[in-house]
Amino acid sequence: MLDITFASSINALILGLSIASIFLVAALGLTIIYGTAGVINMAHGEFIMLGAYASFTMQNYLGVPFFLCIPLSFLVVAVIGLIIERSLIQYLYNRPLDTLLATWGVSLVLMQGVRLIFGSDPKYIQMPSFMSTNIAIGDVSISLFRVFVFAVAIALIGAVWWLFYRTDFGIKVRAVTQNKEMAASFGINSSRVYTMTFALGAGLAGIAGSLFGVLNIVLPTMGMGYVVEAFLMVVTGGGSLLGTIIASGVTGEAQSIFAFIFNDTFARFLVFILIVIFLRFRPQGLISAGGVRR
Amino acid sequence: MAISRRKFLRNSALAAGAVAAPHVWIPASREAWGASIKKGEPIKVGLLFSLTGGLAVPEEDSTLVMQYAIEEINDNGGIDGSPIEPIIIDAKSDFKVYTEKARELILRDKVLAIFGCYTSASRKAILPIVMQQESLLFYPTCYEGAECTQNTVCTGPLANQHSKDLIPYMVNEFGPRVFFVGSNYVWPKESNKNAKIWLEQAGGELLGEEYVPLGSSEFGPVLNKIRSANPDFIFSTVVGASDIAFHRQFRQSGFSAEKMPIASLTTGEIEVKAMGAENGAGHFLSAPYFMALDNPTNNKFVDSFLSSKYGKNGVTHYNMEETYTSAYVFKYAVEKALKENEPDAVTSKVVRDACAGIEVKADVSPEGLVWIDENNFNTWLVPKIGQCQADGSFKIVKEAPEHVEPDPYSIYPDIGTCTAEGLKTPDGTIRQDVI
Repeated sequence: MLDITFASSINALILGLSIASIFLVAALGLTIIYGTAGVINMAHGEFIMLGAYASFTMQNYLGVPFFLCIPLSFLVVAVIGLIIERSLIQYLYNRPLDTLLATWGVSLVLMQGVRLIFGSDPKYIQMPSFMSTNIAIGDVSISLFRVFVFAVAIALIGAVWWLFYRTDFGIKVRAVTQNKEMAASFGINSSRVYTMTFALGAGLAGIAGSLFGVLNIVLPTMGMGYVVEAFLMVVTGGGSLLGTIIASGVTGEAQSIFAFIFNDTFARFLVFILIVIFLRFRPQGLISAGGVRR
Repeated sequence: MAISRRKFLRNSALAAGAVAAPHVWIPASREAWGASIKKGEPIKVGLLFSLTGGLAVPEEDSTLVMQYAIEEINDNGGIDGSPIEPIIIDAKSDFKVYTEKARELILRDKVLAIFGCYTSASRKAILPIVMQQESLLFYPTCYEGAECTQNTVCTGPLANQHSKDLIPYMVNEFGPRVFFVGSNYVWPKESNKNAKIWLEQAGGELLGEEYVPLGSSEFGPVLNKIRSANPDFIFSTVVGASDIAFHRQFRQSGFSAEKMPIASLTTGEIEVKAMGAENGAGHFLSAPYFMALDNPTNNKFVDSFLSSKYGKNGVTHYNMEETYTSAYVFKYAVEKALKENEPDAVTSKVVRDACAGIEVKADVSPEGLVWIDENNFNTWLVPKIGQCQADGSFKIVKEAPEHVEPDPYSIYPDIGTCTAEGLKTPDGTIRQDVI
């Protein structure tokens, strides 16, 4: 029943971009935390979930408009990330395997904590009604909200790139990433840099959460699905920003095109298989961050 | 010590025999170590639903309403003086947990019955242990049928009690061209097999059939295919959190319920509440119960449930009501069994047999009178079709004129008919425990 027309092919390609932007938004914070500090942050999905709950709370109890919820979620989750880094992660930088366990523990605590406060019934984030439509040019069509997510993804890439390559902070981050001891000997406070990057990564997950809360459903367990996708992108990309962007783009397009030709379930299967094969031949990922491997 | 050749051979043969036929040295009577009722002690039942994860949207309410029903029964004297004691389990939307916990409930806690499961996948996961131990499962929601076990009682509708009504209704109202979307597991696939037959009878045309993984939240590819196919309506068997994502993305992608309504078997009041009423409005659901049903029993049920400590989710819905009714089926069946047996002899199997023909009358059952079929232990009920309104409530647009018989093999007449003793095949043999 495959019905390939020009319009439907274009639709599949556009949707691929949209799926890619969703992957990217989910993976961006993780890339920064993993790429800079080498922390395998299992609580990333829960940071996304916290972002969604932060938006939900602000929208429902304080009446904050949706578009303002997005940057505010960034702040809220960044502060939570900061607290977690200061109280726990900073003691574990030399023990990467322990960070894995510790952050997993954090993820359970966050999930249960949210369940205690908000209950386990689903919430949702309302978006402005003018967003709930699509843009159609002939038979080519895309939902306006997906365009918005795509735009946010581009904006976030731009912001992160500017921060890392055009500011003093970015120079410090890159120096610490390449060689922590050497950077410290030049007077860079590496633990402060780690703290700030961890908070930044958490904040980006918060933005992801406020967007996904519109596409999906807000539940304490909602992060678990996204964290798998995010890790896939980061590992395939090799832990660098550019690597994650390329990995998200290729995977998103691949999933959309396979889903268009075959079906959704088979597309996911195929994408996973291809990633496994790719990592078999290039275990360091697309573009490795370089510097000291931990 | 000298072992004669003859003695050695005999011992080896015995050992081999014991290994080959293990049932020889397991106590012959299962009742001896199974559950039964002890006078003055509470009657234990297991509540095996997911309180967390993607299936919690409908299943959390099942646990809550069971607690409510048990409290109500206990406040009114319990079952013949014995209170019911629920053992509450969170199955975490994980099929492995369902199996493990079902085993634990039956073997360790010795519950008389398990009330549990929402997806057919979880039911099929726990049925082997339930059947092996001659325990009893109350399965309180809709399912696809094509099962005939001696250990299940179902209080929800079968395929011939909901989609058989819904498909012709939609074809008449909106047109013959339809697109099927479902979660990727056994129930949606079997439901769609049924639906295809009803569709053919109604003169409809199937444009496409798509499945997404359980718990998935990405409906972009599916919606693109729907856009290309441009059907008159969509028939959906997407469940749980995915269902909410589906409806939200449907509207975000510029589709509208007026032009292309979704006819669902599962999108009830609780799902609409979770997705936001604006995303549910205009779509259709077939179920035996809606919160908006206007009868004294339902009005009282809605009021007292929602004001109780279990009503925190703010709505009642078909899945929950079927669970509520199942608690009363259990109560009546145990009472009936106690009249005919000594308490010690009332095992799960005896309760199951006693369920045959049990009626839950209109003054207890919010959906009105229902009763358990004496042959296949599913429920006689009145199918209804509701359309979701802007406030998230449903307006009943069609109601079957009378009770509809549950028929688990309605599209498989060649396989046989389900009787109390087992599946009776056309050549007259009886097969037990068919799943």
